[in-house]
Amino acid sequence: MALNEIFSIIIAILTAVTAGLIGAFALMKRMTLAADAISHVALPGIGIAIIFTVNPIIGAAAALLIGAILIWKLEQKTGLSTETTIGVVFTSALALGAMLTTSEELIDALFGRFQGISWPIFIIGLICATLIIWFVIKYKDELVLNLFSKDLAKATGVDTNKLDLFFILAFALTIILGLKFLGALLAGSLAIIPAAVARQLTGNLKSFLLISAIVSLVSMISGILISSRYGTELGPTVIIVAAALFFLSLLRKGV
Amino acid sequence: MQPILSIRNLTVNLKHHTIISNLSFDVQPGDNLTIIGPNGSGKTVLLKTILGGFIYEGEIKIAPGIKIGYVPQKIEADLHLPINLGDFLHAKARIIGEPASEIKAVVDSVGLDKEIFNKPIGQLSGGQFQRALVAFALLGKPNLILFDEPTASIDQTGEEQIYELIHKLQKQYKLTVVLVSHDISIVYQYATKVLCLNREGVCYGTPRKTLNPEVLKKLYGVPHQYYEHKHPHK
Repeated sequence: MALNEIFSIIIAILTAVTAGLIGAFALMKRMTLAADAISHVALPGIGIAIIFTVNPIIGAAAALLIGAILIWKLEQKTGLSTETTIGVVFTSALALGAMLTTSEELIDALFGRFQGISWPIFIIGLICATLIIWFVIKYKDELVLNLFSKDLAKATGVDTNKLDLFFILAFALTIILGLKFLGALLAGSLAIIPAAVARQLTGNLKSFLLISAIVSLVSMISGILISSRYGTELGPTVIIVAAALFFLSLLRKGV
Repeated sequence: MQPILSIRNLTVNLKHHTIISNLSFDVQPGDNLTIIGPNGSGKTVLLKTILGGFIYEGEIKIAPGIKIGYVPQKIEADLHLPINLGDFLHAKARIIGEPASEIKAVVDSVGLDKEIFNKPIGQLSGGQFQRALVAFALLGKPNLILFDEPTASIDQTGEEQIYELIHKLQKQYKLTVVLVSHDISIVYQYATKVLCLNREGVCYGTPRKTLNPEVLKKLYGVPHQYYEHKHPHK
């Protein structure tokens, strides 16, 4: 196996862990639909980057970060729910992106592909993933109080505005990490489905976060193995494994 | 005695509406100040302003070294979260740097069984959840606790138990209490002072001297049914 493929596998594994952790909080914040839509904003970025022959990931990252800050501002100013604001901003972004991106690149951009990555991208990915994992572990208590009640969090001394911003940035970063492997349509799903599985299985925070991260990890690793063996597209394979685990978790709960 | 909390000419405007206008009052150490008033009279906004949640004109002076605890009126979050009571209390303890042993102490003092520690918050009864919120407020050893309608979501028996609990805790921890209530009868039972709020202060003083049918009529607009508890304080 080439070194750049090993780089890719390491980042894929870290991406799965971050998606599981961030997704767990996104589920509790009731922003799972938003999670899905947020990844769509990457598309116009990819389209514009291709037009200007820039690395598509850079275009996607720029678009996602701008989108994240826009959502945060809109939420503060209008008092609309995150769900609504993201619904409007990000689905329009999907439409714009589909218009800008040429059709053969569109499939890759939408569904992702497993390929080796260069070491600078590897280092950047490593730093991003570590930052996100550190953020969730370090601020999990603040995040819990904040989603329970903003008033309680504020009264406890939490800067809820800043925390909301950091969370949505961490979320956007997670999507950026997942983009290469899963594509713009499916990167959000890796944040949603494992958290939904974990929610079926536990009622306390620690095991919720742990199970969500593990389910995401198992989906990613199985997805890589299955897709390399049978030549299926990586993104859809990973998400189908995750979805299968979700239906298993329903059985376990006796639905 | 120097007041713990001193409010002078407080005005709060939200979205171009005046919610609180030119309000002044003091809270002395050991007071139980009960705030009454009709819906939309600014009671909740007053508490949140004291906590630093809104921009205001006038003066809010909190004596040095005073720590404030807060029990909100209702929690808007989804109660089906995978978070149990232990997670909830540990979260605050870790943020404010309080040892875990303190959690056991506050849970005991609000009369909760520590066996429900592992119960998801959504499975607690209304009364249990309310006690949990009081325990949450007690973490960090506050001197002043602000209660916003602490009995809004529980039945009448539970209601009396919560008021009794607050009274007990006030004595046990030498707390100063500011409490918003819709229930005028509890004013006579526990309050040392009462503040009638309807955008501006309509009355302020000891309950027996302050509350009378005219004041209540001015406060609520119509003659108000109320009764005075005659039994002595415990």
